[in-house]
Amino acid sequence: MKDGLSRRQLLVRAGVIGCSVAASPLITPMSFAQAPWDRRLVVIILRGGMDGLDVVRPVGDPAYAPLRPGLRTEGAQDLDGYFALHPALAGLMPLWSKGELGFVHAVSTPYRDKRSHFDGQDLLEAGTVDLGQGARDGWLNRLLQEVPGVERDTAYAIGTTPLPVLDGSAPVAKWAPEANLKISPQTMRLAERVMEEDPALHAALAEAALLAENGRDGKGGRAHRQIASYAAGRLRQDARIAAFSLGGWDTHRAQDRVLPRSLATLQEAILTLRDGLGADVWGKTAILAMTEFGRTARENGAGGTDHGTGGLAILAGGAVRGGRVNGDWPGLAESALYQRRDLMPTRDVRAVAAWVMRGITGVNRDVLENKVFPGLHMGSDPGLLA
Amino acid sequence: MKTGTYYLVRKAGSGDDMGFSPHLAERRFGYGRSPSIAPPENIAGMLGRLRGKDLMAERFPVPGFRQLQDGHVVKARFDAFARKKATTPEQAAEAREKSDEIEQRFRHQQLETFAQQQLRRIHSKDNFRERLVDFWSDHFTAQGKSGLLKLAIPAYVEEAVRPHVSGRFVDMLSACITHPVMLEYLDQSTSVGPNSKRGRRKGNRRGLNENLARELLELHTLGVGAAYSQTDVRQMAELLTGLTRTRDYSFVFRKGWAEPGAETVLGKTYSDQPGMQPIRNALSDLAMHPSTARHLAGKLAVHFISDTPTERTIGRLTRTYLDSDGDLMAVYEALLNDPAAWDSPPTNIRPPLEYMSTALRALAVPPDRFAALTPKETLRWFLRPLKIMGQDWDRVSGPDGWPETDAAWVTPQGVAARLDWAMNVPARLLDDLPDPQQMLQDIVGPDATDALKFAASAAETQAVGVGLILISPALQRR
Repeated sequence: MKDGLSRRQLLVRAGVIGCSVAASPLITPMSFAQAPWDRRLVVIILRGGMDGLDVVRPVGDPAYAPLRPGLRTEGAQDLDGYFALHPALAGLMPLWSKGELGFVHAVSTPYRDKRSHFDGQDLLEAGTVDLGQGARDGWLNRLLQEVPGVERDTAYAIGTTPLPVLDGSAPVAKWAPEANLKISPQTMRLAERVMEEDPALHAALAEAALLAENGRDGKGGRAHRQIASYAAGRLRQDARIAAFSLGGWDTHRAQDRVLPRSLATLQEAILTLRDGLGADVWGKTAILAMTEFGRTARENGAGGTDHGTGGLAILAGGAVRGGRVNGDWPGLAESALYQRRDLMPTRDVRAVAAWVMRGITGVNRDVLENKVFPGLHMGSDPGLLA
Repeated sequence: MKTGTYYLVRKAGSGDDMGFSPHLAERRFGYGRSPSIAPPENIAGMLGRLRGKDLMAERFPVPGFRQLQDGHVVKARFDAFARKKATTPEQAAEAREKSDEIEQRFRHQQLETFAQQQLRRIHSKDNFRERLVDFWSDHFTAQGKSGLLKLAIPAYVEEAVRPHVSGRFVDMLSACITHPVMLEYLDQSTSVGPNSKRGRRKGNRRGLNENLARELLELHTLGVGAAYSQTDVRQMAELLTGLTRTRDYSFVFRKGWAEPGAETVLGKTYSDQPGMQPIRNALSDLAMHPSTARHLAGKLAVHFISDTPTERTIGRLTRTYLDSDGDLMAVYEALLNDPAAWDSPPTNIRPPLEYMSTALRALAVPPDRFAALTPKETLRWFLRPLKIMGQDWDRVSGPDGWPETDAAWVTPQGVAARLDWAMNVPARLLDDLPDPQQMLQDIVGPDATDALKFAASAAETQAVGVGLILISPALQRR
């Protein structure tokens, strides 16, 4: 379905699946209510622990080169004379120049010392200080719980990987473009008939038919492109938040071969979002990409890096005040490292997310510090959004 | 939901079992009907099979935890060699290759385990057991967090859960809480008493970890709403110190890690002798706590009857549990003899994995077909669709297990993925699909609505006819 189609036309099309449409939460009149705010937020969870030191390289730090003799591939893009961008993200340099790409270095969650992906990601998405506090929802959902006027299609969790960051009591739409309902219209009608006696299944099927139809903008392609283009389609309409995750960041060996592939995926996802959103909506959008932890400052014996602590957050979008590497840079001298092995985290990545959400939604600081991220001190405004 | 059909079938059941229906027995307490297996004749038959030998575990075996431990040890040696001891890059590369091979072999074994699990469900006459194993392994959710241990759920279930499903709850509780997979999952293996010998060691950075203690009270026994305090959690955590593992993931109790002194949990004080006995005593008391009885009764009723069971049912199961000293067979007997078990409309949606098993049982997929699957096919036809349906196999997202509410599973994405799967995979799996009309008789029986009969006959192809039956509410709900 083309984006130009009005909702009325969409409803007419949906008429194919008959009366169940009325029961679908996505297309009841409720969902046409005014969205609670106008700016868009995309959260990308980078699973596996991205090596922020390789992505935004502190080439001006005298300790950097000796720590990473094998990871200094040619072609890094100079950012500000001190930091340089990994060559695999060269395609994002035009965004950097326009102030639509920025970074926050040396950030992390409060997770320390055990360096397990599993716990690290749980904590990143729970947004709490530690695990086992009983929080079973994620911070993006808790944000939605605090905002009036949120509808089922205000926020989308996209893809087949669970996204605990959007789990919780606030309504959220979930869709994986892979679930694309490749069946004939005749079969669809029969399926609808079979489920007619069961209102909930019937409504879900009707909604699925709509979502799948909407998702065909994606024109196939690899999963991350489908996801990004699906997200863009929804964000151009009523959705205000989209979250998805990208894997492949666990680079214990041959990082010079593995990392560029993951970065290319991320770059493509960002550019697909930009193209799909169009200039107007892109101008109101902030993308925040975060990872569970950084990696060791020192390259290991297998041409990779191991699980570390301080990492990197990536910001992109027309709503971002980019062209800067933010954060308090701790340096890479051995005494400055965390446990003499990892980049020292100097800022809580949850504060980065909180300031971005504040800028996007206008939600009060005390709500962010007490409800969304219980116990967080946001600190002074780093001015991440334009 | 249409429910009238059951009343007709019920009359055909045994006179002793009020309301029992063979068809509903398979649908509600099993994985639905099979074309080649007769449903249980009565409640006594269901319980008798459950008391008897675990035939499916013998016929379709699953490797134990020891294998993974051994694999882990060998793999770790190759990794360490590659990282530290290799003198040439070639040597390092060779060691890494060997390490990768081990991992690959275990991954493939994991896929075979998926097949074994399905085959048990497809070919068992005792599917209540398979459902109970599923129920209890979710209750005691645990998974390895890294390396080969990520593949440890089947072994954990096979050793800690399965042998105890027809025994006493306290034995299952004890087996699960002390299994290395659980100790690792809920961070017990790093919990050290602050005043223990290890805790007082110079430069010690380890301390108490409350994770297992908290989930033990909140999820495994008393339930989140029960009357316990943070002090109880803390005391329980201190009591559990010492429960840990060796380097190769064998269970060990380390006296030197145990917090000295007596601990008081829920008003009862446990001996200050470091060792397993005070812990076992506490687990026994927790198992027989009235809140635990009620928590378990409620969960069983929700799982097997409806998302909103009546107080009468929960009360009856609670009393049976307490009166029988936590004998699970007695509780199941009470469950099966509860009128609600046969009167309630089948509204519970089957979670994705259970749904898939129901479909595979309806198709009676033979063992040799599973044996012939390549790893790629297993991923493409089963594990990936499961992920899209919302239940990534053996990757449960939290210690509270998979959601039980129907709303969690009846999502557009979930329903679309079930439909996609039902229309496409069976035809790839089987050369000869069943005839839809025959399938309606054999599988759906009294649940076949006019709409389903019409749709199955109007389908363009046999595959679509079969797919429509598989996605009918009669197979998706129980």
